[in-house]
Amino acid sequence: MAEPMLKPPKVAISPLDWMRQNLFSSWYNSLLTIVVGYMVVTSVGPLFTWLFFEATFLGDEPSDCVGTGACWLFISQRLNFFIYGFYPDEFQWRVDVMFLLLAVCFVPQFIERFPGRKWFGLFGLTGLPVVGYFLIPGGNFGLEIVESSKWGGLMLTLILAYIGIIASLPIGILLALGRRSEMPIIRGICVVFIEVWRAVPLITVLFMASVMLPLFLPDGMNFEKLMRALIGITLWQSAYMAEVIRGGLQAIPRGQYEAADALGLGYWKKTGLIILPQALKMVIPGIVNTFISLFKDTTLVLIIGLFDILGTVQSTVTDPAWQNVAIEGYVFVAFCFWVFCFGISRYSQNLERKLDTGHKT
Amino acid sequence: MGNTMTDQTQATGSTGPVPSQKDDSSSAIIRVESMNKWYGDFHVLKDLNLSVRQGERIVICGPSGSGKSTFIRCINRLEEHQQGKIIVDNIELTDDIRHIDTVRREVGMVFQHFNLFPHLTVLENCCLSPIWVRKTPRKEAEEAAMEYLERVKIPDQANKFPGQLSGGQQQRVAIARALCMKPKIMLFDEPTSALDPEMIKEVLDVMIELAGSGMTMLCVTHEMGFAKTVADRVIFMDGGEIVEEAPPHEFFTNPQEPRTQKFLEQILDH
Amino acid sequence: MKKQTVDSRPAGPKPWYDPRIRSLFFQFVAIALVFWGGWTLVDNTLSNMESRGISTGFGFLNETAGFGIIMSLVPYDATMTYGRTFFVGLMNTLLVSAMGIVAATIIGFIIGVARLSSNWLVAKLALVYIEVIRNIPLLLQIFFWYFAVLGSLPSPRQSVEVGGSFFLNNRGLYLPEPITQDGFGLVWGALIVAIVAVVGLRTWAKRRQLATGQIFPTFKVGFAILVILPVLAYLTAGAPLEWDLPALKGFNFGGGITIIPELAALWIALSLYTASFIAEIVRSGILSVSKGQTEAAKALGLPNGLTLRLVVIPQAMRVIIPPLTSQYLNLAKNSSLATAIGYPDLVAVFMGTTLNQTGQAVEVVAITMAVYLTISLTISLFMNIYNRAVAIKER
Repeated sequence: MAEPMLKPPKVAISPLDWMRQNLFSSWYNSLLTIVVGYMVVTSVGPLFTWLFFEATFLGDEPSDCVGTGACWLFISQRLNFFIYGFYPDEFQWRVDVMFLLLAVCFVPQFIERFPGRKWFGLFGLTGLPVVGYFLIPGGNFGLEIVESSKWGGLMLTLILAYIGIIASLPIGILLALGRRSEMPIIRGICVVFIEVWRAVPLITVLFMASVMLPLFLPDGMNFEKLMRALIGITLWQSAYMAEVIRGGLQAIPRGQYEAADALGLGYWKKTGLIILPQALKMVIPGIVNTFISLFKDTTLVLIIGLFDILGTVQSTVTDPAWQNVAIEGYVFVAFCFWVFCFGISRYSQNLERKLDTGHKT
Repeated sequence: MGNTMTDQTQATGSTGPVPSQKDDSSSAIIRVESMNKWYGDFHVLKDLNLSVRQGERIVICGPSGSGKSTFIRCINRLEEHQQGKIIVDNIELTDDIRHIDTVRREVGMVFQHFNLFPHLTVLENCCLSPIWVRKTPRKEAEEAAMEYLERVKIPDQANKFPGQLSGGQQQRVAIARALCMKPKIMLFDEPTSALDPEMIKEVLDVMIELAGSGMTMLCVTHEMGFAKTVADRVIFMDGGEIVEEAPPHEFFTNPQEPRTQKFLEQILDH
Repeated sequence: MKKQTVDSRPAGPKPWYDPRIRSLFFQFVAIALVFWGGWTLVDNTLSNMESRGISTGFGFLNETAGFGIIMSLVPYDATMTYGRTFFVGLMNTLLVSAMGIVAATIIGFIIGVARLSSNWLVAKLALVYIEVIRNIPLLLQIFFWYFAVLGSLPSPRQSVEVGGSFFLNNRGLYLPEPITQDGFGLVWGALIVAIVAVVGLRTWAKRRQLATGQIFPTFKVGFAILVILPVLAYLTAGAPLEWDLPALKGFNFGGGITIIPELAALWIALSLYTASFIAEIVRSGILSVSKGQTEAAKALGLPNGLTLRLVVIPQAMRVIIPPLTSQYLNLAKNSSLATAIGYPDLVAVFMGTTLNQTGQAVEVVAITMAVYLTISLTISLFMNIYNRAVAIKER
């Protein structure tokens, strides 16, 4: 302080300096800050009041919701329906087991140093669907059959997205390889398949699956509604998957193909041992992103009459017993989706950053 | 099967303009006869003839764009030729994929940019082809791979990934990987061009050691020192043609063709 | 590859070892499989339709539809044909797509730029907007706007009113409709003249700049011409424009332009949702122009505005345009969610009601898919042309 000319090196910026730099750096920035700040304060306040301070959390009946805030009772009372749909109460443990396995497989993926997390992920992609195939519908091992028309809620949403992505992965790989094939006819077939599916909205695909699929099949052969939706979703998704994977294939340098050729590896060995492992690793973020959009798109199945989580909520908000709970219902569903999608997208961004640095040598 | 092949090549080969073919034919491991190649309408390789004896070490040099890389890439059919013949170890390279596979098994190749597989460890890189192409048991393949890694002096890096190694180390791994197939011929496509100057020597040392062991080598390089010490013959290419072919001593002290003289002036003149 | 000559291969390989023949074989098998699959499907479909008594062919397009549609841009009533319903649906799809594209672009660019603002509050707010909106399903957002927001608006008698000419209630938004009178042609004429003049001015200014180096304020002058000429014409012709105001008639409003709540909800949701993606595209586009480019421009002495106009924006646009068009495509496809709230778009009217009434699933689905395919291929075509035009020439 004795020598005013010599400023000490800045270690920490005081809050005041920070504000001057980031909020009030010029007259129009100051104006902007004040106007926007005012808007934020006036909207966030009432929002929080509605969401929490005035909201009703406890109680058993619609009449317990008296405040001016949100009526969260509606959610807690119907939560079972929103998660399991019409799945019978006594068998819900099967779904819980699947939820648990899902968490066991994929939570470690977010933890950098978790031992053997690769194997957990791999099981999630291969073993988990098999377990689910036996557990959820039942019918084997003395498990009672639960028809797919009774499945619903969050569980159905997860089933649709999960099966959609896993089934579309191998088809997408084949399509991507086909699109890069040197054989013009194979390439042409793949291009047409991919581009047609990518051009049409999922709604039309779902309509087609539910209306036209029965017409396509030979007499006496038919699928349940859920199965038809899954077939439609898988075909549609595999076109997107193919494009993501093609991006990875294109990013593999020519030298890798040549080195594999020079070592005498044939097409399938070259593809399976050298090209695909690298390409797939490169496009994991892309695959995760398509998963996020598929996850959001599964809500469309309510249009063909399946009860996914949005479908279950939509069907109960009009319940005359509860007054004006639409916003609460939508906020709840939005929150569920947001947590999933935001979490997964963060994961994919991290991965992208890591892969990005990993490839620079 | 091999016999009929040789008969045919000799029958047609005798009419071809290959003077050195007759006397060498018993020991010639690579024979290239009137080979031509086009990229679209561009004539990249013009009427090339070459005969390489077992154990011979050949250096190919020339200005960039002269077709020298394309030429050696034709020898294991990374590039396709359109006219003439390439016969490697008594097998003619035709459209027959069995021939291509066999030839590729006998010919090792080292690339300018190493082209190691980044997702596999050094050891896995080396074992890949013995296991999947030669169907060697894994343990045997790994032992053999370690031997070769020792020979290129990096056994301690066996479990690292290529990205963790320096350029010189990577190129030595690439050489070991090619050797693991126990090839009869090694092709080198500018193996030192992508390396930092201080790493060139370690790679050249390995190559010199390899040459001393009697391996048949075709090497595209600008390392004239290497050519002088190791090569049996130096081939100079320009504009897709073989311009001059001579033992290194003659080649460097008394080049015949003006194009060779000009090239040597340019690269030796500093 | 072209110079393939056979003479150099006296003994060709056995056919099954020749890669060319192998590839022909595989392709033949692929074609055969596709045809076999296609034939089986067609065969199954035909026999199924016959057994269910569904007629085939496109004759139904000329039959009377017999159902009403709540909104149509072209004259329509229930006595018209199914072909007409198709057209009505198509127009409605195109309308909401066009409206959505305009709004999403404007909002998206604003948010994208705000995301890069030096103002911390603005940047964070933009970030929150993007992260919240794009991680919530579009259908949910449409429901939210339609059922929760617009559904809770007052009834027509208690409409929100602005100046006696704008009304908002749970039946929609009512706006005054401009009706052109005789003599309005003059205004159109003036507008055309103004556009031609501006184009001419631009050419002249460019030529002059090339010749003399002087820069003419084309933008300001051109803008002035575009505004002043039509306004002058409007006044000269004696203000030939009248407004048809909406008014309460019985239980509902009549007159003026009506934006039905279905359209409004769909439009708002589509625009806000797509805008969150566009904002990210804009942000990464601007960030993709390396700092070196700005520095180089400044080192050449270009002022900030020109740096932006001549160096940053052209390069950023090159990065922005391709993903932007794919967002436009997504928006057009997503407009089919209209079905869920009953906005009469192509899918709702044609694939919904028409299909249900006629039962001719194959024809209806094929036509609908063909429409989306056409839209998508058209946009990709323009995209490719654009890409070729702006591609940076590289070695």
